[in-house]
Amino acid sequence: MGIISRGFSGRSREHNPALPPGQYLTEDFPVLSAGPTPDVDTAEWEFSIRTESGAVHKWDWEQLQALPIEEVGTHIHCVTRWSKLGTSWRGVSLDTLFAEVETSNDYVMAHSYGGYTTNVPLEDLLDGKAWIAFEFDGEPLEAEHGGPARLLIPHLYFWKSAKWIRGLVMQSDDEPGFWEQNGYHLYGDPWLEQRYW
Amino acid sequence: MITERETRDAPPHRVGLWHVGVVVSTAPQTPTGRSIVLDVPGWGGNLAGQHADVRLTAPDGYQAVRSYSIASAGETDRVELAVDRFPDGEVSPYLVDDLAVGDQVELRGPLGGWFVWTPAQTEPVQLIGGGSGIVPLMAMIRSHADSASAAPFRLLYSLRSPGDAFFRSELETPTPGLDVTWLYTRGTPAGLPRAAGRITPDDLAASAFPPSISPAVFVCGPTGFVETVANALVALGHDPHRVKTERFGGA
Repeated sequence: MGIISRGFSGRSREHNPALPPGQYLTEDFPVLSAGPTPDVDTAEWEFSIRTESGAVHKWDWEQLQALPIEEVGTHIHCVTRWSKLGTSWRGVSLDTLFAEVETSNDYVMAHSYGGYTTNVPLEDLLDGKAWIAFEFDGEPLEAEHGGPARLLIPHLYFWKSAKWIRGLVMQSDDEPGFWEQNGYHLYGDPWLEQRYW
Repeated sequence: MITERETRDAPPHRVGLWHVGVVVSTAPQTPTGRSIVLDVPGWGGNLAGQHADVRLTAPDGYQAVRSYSIASAGETDRVELAVDRFPDGEVSPYLVDDLAVGDQVELRGPLGGWFVWTPAQTEPVQLIGGGSGIVPLMAMIRSHADSASAAPFRLLYSLRSPGDAFFRSELETPTPGLDVTWLYTRGTPAGLPRAAGRITPDDLAASAFPPSISPAVFVCGPTGFVETVANALVALGHDPHRVKTERFGGA
C-alpha cells in the first residue's frame, strides 16, 4: 500500500468483477488518437493479410460485407484507465479472414490508414477472440472511433484494437508497433495491468 | 530487443517505481483549475509533453490512479502539474480543492514518447491548445525558453474567456521566439477584433504557421476541439504525419 493521501476517500468500493485492476467505469466513449483522423471512403477501402511467402489475401468493402457477420457483445478496456462494459459491435471474425491463410509465423503487425501500427500475437486474433468491426451500437462506426472499420481485440488494452485498419502482415518476431515504441507494453493484458514497459 | 528499443526516442528509462512527491506550492489558475508544484526525489526529469500517473490512497487502502500532463520539463526532480476539476471526477476534485502544501502524493513516469518536443528539434513549431490542453504545450514553451532554442514557436490558445487561462501571466510576456494568439469562445475582452467563437479554419489560416514551412504541430484539448483542429489543418495542407494530437476526457 502506498502513502495515505490525507483527506482522500475515493468513490464506492463496490467491486465489479468485469473491471480489471486500476480501471474505472465510463459511460462515454473517449477517443485517444495520436494524430488527425483519416478520411477513408468505403469505395476505396481495402483490407489485406500478407504472409511471409509474399501471398496477399485481399478484401474490398463489398467482399467483407459478404462474409459471415457476427454480433459481438463485449467489455473494452483502455490503457488510460477507462473501461466500458457491454458494448455491442458487428464485424467479421478474424477466424473467417484467416481461414485460407497459410503461415507459420506467430506474430502479426496490424497496419492502419494514417500509418498507425500495433503488434499482436497471431493466437490472440484466432479462436473467436478478434474481429474486423464496422458497426458500434447499431450504427456504422464513426471515423473518430476507427471507422469505416477497426480491429476489435477486446481481451487486450484497446490501443491494440487498431482504428482505420488496412491490413495485417505476418511476422516471425514480435516487433513493437507505434504505441509499443512509445512506451506502452508489448502485449497489453488488462488483467495483468500490462500498461507500460 | 529491449536494449534496442531503449536507444530509440522512447522514454529513456522504464516506467515502474512509484515515487513519493511532496507538494511545494499550489497556485490557482482558473475558476476550476490550479497548478501544483511537487518535489519528487528520484523522478529524474521528463521531456516536454510527457505525462505522469498520479496515485491517491485512502486510509482503507483504496487507490485511484489518473494520468496528468506535466507543465514542466527538464532534468529535475521538480514536477509541475496543472489540473482542471471535472465535477464528477474522482481524483481531479481532490487535486484542485483538497491537496495542500506539504501533502504527499505518489507519481509514476514520465509516460509517453510521442507527444513530445525536444530542444534538438529545429523546425518551426505550432502549438494549438484548447482549455487545459495548454498544459503539455506549456512544458514545450518552457523547454523552448530554457534551452534558448532558435526554433520559431507559435501558440494558438482557445479558451472560454480571459479568466479561464492557465499560465496567463507567463504567456502574456512570452520569451522572444514565441508568438501567442488568444482565441475566446464565449467572452472576448473589449477591443479585440475577433468575435467570440470556436476556433475555425480561418483562425488557423490567419494565425498558424502555414503548411509551406512544414511546422511540427501539436494539438491538445477536448476531443471535439482536437478533432476540429486536426481536420482543418489537414484540409489546409498540413502533412497529417506532422500533426500530433492528444485528447482528454473527464477523470
